[in-house]
Amino acid sequence: MTNEAKGRELVRLSGVTKRFEHTLALDAVSGSLFGGEITGLVGPDGAGKTTLIRLMTGLMLPDDGALEVLGFDSAKNPAGIQASIGYMPQRFGLYEDLSVQENLDLYADLRGLPQGERPDVFEELLAFTDLKRFTGRLAGKLSGGMKQKLGLACALLKKPCLLLLDEPGVGVDPISRRELWKMVENLTEEGIGVLWSTAYLDEAEACDKVLLLNGGKLLFSGKPAEMTARVENRVFRVSGIRGRKRQVLARLLDEDGIIDGVIQGEAIRIVTGNDTRPALAQAGEGASAVPATPRFEDAFIDMLGGGPGGRSRLAEAQAPFTGKDKGDEKGEDERPVIEARGLTKRFGDFTAAENISFDIRRGEIFGLLGPNGAGKSTTFKMLCGLLKPTAGEGRVAGFDLRRDAASARNRLGYMAQKFSLYGDLSIAQNLDFFAGVYGLSGEKKRERMTLVSDIFDFGRHAGQSSKDLPLGLKQRLALACAVMHEPQALFLDEPTSGVDPITRREFWTHINALVEKGVTVLVTTHFMEEAEYCDRISLIYRGRSIALGSPDELKAEVASADMPDPTMEDAFIALVERSEGQAKDAA
Amino acid sequence: MWWTRLRALIVKEFLAVLRDPKGRAILIGPPILQLLIFSYAATLEVRNVDVMILNRDAGHWSEELIERIEASPTFRSVEFTADPARMRAAIDRQEVIAAVVIGADFSRAIEAGAPADLQLILDGRRSNAAQIVSGYLSQITAALAAETPAGKRAAARTVSTVARNWFNPNLTYQWFMVPNLIASIALLIGLIVTALSIARERELGTFDQLMVSPLRVHEILVGKLVPPMMIGLFHITVYILAAVFLFGLPLRGSLLLLYGSSLFYLASVVGIGLFISALSMTQQQAILGAFLFMVPAMLLSGFATPIENMPGWLQPVTLVNPLRYFLVVVKGVFLKDISLAEVIAQTVPLLLIAIATLSAAAWLFRRRLE
Repeated sequence: MTNEAKGRELVRLSGVTKRFEHTLALDAVSGSLFGGEITGLVGPDGAGKTTLIRLMTGLMLPDDGALEVLGFDSAKNPAGIQASIGYMPQRFGLYEDLSVQENLDLYADLRGLPQGERPDVFEELLAFTDLKRFTGRLAGKLSGGMKQKLGLACALLKKPCLLLLDEPGVGVDPISRRELWKMVENLTEEGIGVLWSTAYLDEAEACDKVLLLNGGKLLFSGKPAEMTARVENRVFRVSGIRGRKRQVLARLLDEDGIIDGVIQGEAIRIVTGNDTRPALAQAGEGASAVPATPRFEDAFIDMLGGGPGGRSRLAEAQAPFTGKDKGDEKGEDERPVIEARGLTKRFGDFTAAENISFDIRRGEIFGLLGPNGAGKSTTFKMLCGLLKPTAGEGRVAGFDLRRDAASARNRLGYMAQKFSLYGDLSIAQNLDFFAGVYGLSGEKKRERMTLVSDIFDFGRHAGQSSKDLPLGLKQRLALACAVMHEPQALFLDEPTSGVDPITRREFWTHINALVEKGVTVLVTTHFMEEAEYCDRISLIYRGRSIALGSPDELKAEVASADMPDPTMEDAFIALVERSEGQAKDAA
Repeated sequence: MWWTRLRALIVKEFLAVLRDPKGRAILIGPPILQLLIFSYAATLEVRNVDVMILNRDAGHWSEELIERIEASPTFRSVEFTADPARMRAAIDRQEVIAAVVIGADFSRAIEAGAPADLQLILDGRRSNAAQIVSGYLSQITAALAAETPAGKRAAARTVSTVARNWFNPNLTYQWFMVPNLIASIALLIGLIVTALSIARERELGTFDQLMVSPLRVHEILVGKLVPPMMIGLFHITVYILAAVFLFGLPLRGSLLLLYGSSLFYLASVVGIGLFISALSMTQQQAILGAFLFMVPAMLLSGFATPIENMPGWLQPVTLVNPLRYFLVVVKGVFLKDISLAEVIAQTVPLLLIAIATLSAAAWLFRRRLE
């Protein structure tokens, strides 16, 4: 392919509309994709990203409007489109019981790649994806990142003009994600147009062009810099805060001129409504605001009219936890609420978690950060009693999880990944069930149920089956069920992955306020944004804790001359690489 | 406290099964339909069969025999042929199930008081039906033989048998079928509902949610046990009503004993369901597991074939089959006034099966936490 392909319009969307039963998945979306560029298709889960990609492949037809892909009309000539594009769906159809090489062979057969060309193409792709060493390994045994690379290799077997990637970054650790990104960048140099869909707004900033979807509507189309320009000079980093940063954030968010704010380590990042410097009376003495580089997410929130306020009625209604717990004398203030002592878990000869220890104090948010499969879920499960450790012990609110499991469970709230609720039950029935299971009855139960229904605004949806709810509401319901019994410790497993930023802020407003009331939080995440909300983080890699400290400490640890102000992701990558280096030296 | 938790779980289980209109329809419709269809259709009686007669005799006695066969309500049609090849073909193509060959000297031999032979050819592929048809035909010829001159002379010297069927005097097959169906459809429903319940929670990810709640393992088991048992009791009640008012079964024994025993029966069935559920990771595995148990349980229950006829090494296997015990109780209550002692003798094994399977399920749950 030559440079002529660069800048050629590959896809033209004109007023594309798609309905599914009652929901409008895409609402008159128009835009273009060009060759030689990475176009980011950005938006939270349920925004319509996958639908738009499937429409581009011609696998689905729009209800209204038209798509022209590589000069073919998707309604008239879908076969023409499918022959010349590469498409990698969210879960690429790799055959887990076949080896890497067998998968490549199979897809080469399916795509009709001539035998004569195969050795060269395989050679090139295996070198490109760095999978050469693993050709004999079963695809099911590859890590998330390697699976995505193999998927990409299969999609590239017949060099396409247009490559559609549906959330290639999901389930992939930051290091592999960067490698994947580099591979895709190389492709654009050959003139290939790439569509990279993602729910992570930070990925949008690296794209050449961005299509921002929210609730089926196209909010923005153009260069990411144009998007961030709208909040230029309105983003500040407030540091030097004395006192409780979360209380300060809550007060700042209720100020008139401030439309958005998030915790960033020890500092707070705020977006103001106009160009004036923020009034920092609320931040206390010594606090200073320094202008910061605007991010895509700041602009997105601004576009949606600002984030939620800083008040959490959920926390206001809750009695604070002090050191003295009702009824049990164990609760001295010094005693950590969650304790891990040398937690180890082995499955056969595989060590999923090795000698993990930490203490979480009352009113602290502690994060377990790490790539998928590193052992953070195993550690998390051992601490909430879902897995029995092979060695070591875990305690919640002073109760040994092995001996007093039931007492410990009464004091913890659990929110699983993907909001595992009973889909066939209505909101009210779900709340009723969780209240009952945690032993609430009579007046107390009615009171709590009314309270959470008011706070989370369930009233209108109370009778609807929870499986039919929009994602944001599902997440609120999951939180409501987890805090119904006013737990001392909250266990959150990837609580906001894929959720839109407004819902995420609302969620963290509640969590922050609950923490101020003395609730202790353990959260797992592979999402760097979320890590910033934590007081301390344990970085889990290959079953071991390779670093433990506050986000600022971890960042400071890797700061260097080349990288004076590393992001959480930079810190993560540097710490993992350092640990790999040490492992090699030791060997 | 524990009661609040347990009640919440039981209410949730009911809602999970019954809130979805489709789930509700599946749980109530097909079982009742099955009862109706099987009670009317699945009969072991032989009726409406076709026979063929190859008559080489022109005498009075062969005429008499043919008239009696034609008059029997069992046979739908009687075909005649003179060609043995045609007879062979008719049996081969399953046009008729049996052929009667009357020899040329049939009437002559009878008149002469000499032994007369009659050949009966049966389709052995349908062994059960063929046996029954052979029985019918033998009865007809025996009656005929008694009226021959030689038969009349011998009557004084032969032993005549008079058969009387106790408990089911007219051998109405529905009296046999309906009690069997009550027990086996309850098995089907109880097993599927429970087998799916935990597997479904695993698939949805809500099982972890249950395991981190203060519910103890035994509370989860009881919570999962009660709703399918109540659904099972509902079905049993519907079937009992249908048995009495629709099929006119006698119901000679105590309903109290029947319900008492069925509690233990359902507990053992649900115990097996929970065990299968605890073993399987997905709903598909659970359904497969349920059928893997159900088919042999039906065949080895004494439902269609008596356990006493099974080979000696297989008979002990039926001891762990709850259906085997409950069948005795259901039939006993309906057809005879079964005694308390006998009901207890059949219920104790049910209790043991329930205890064994429920403990095994509890053990599996705990082990899954490892």
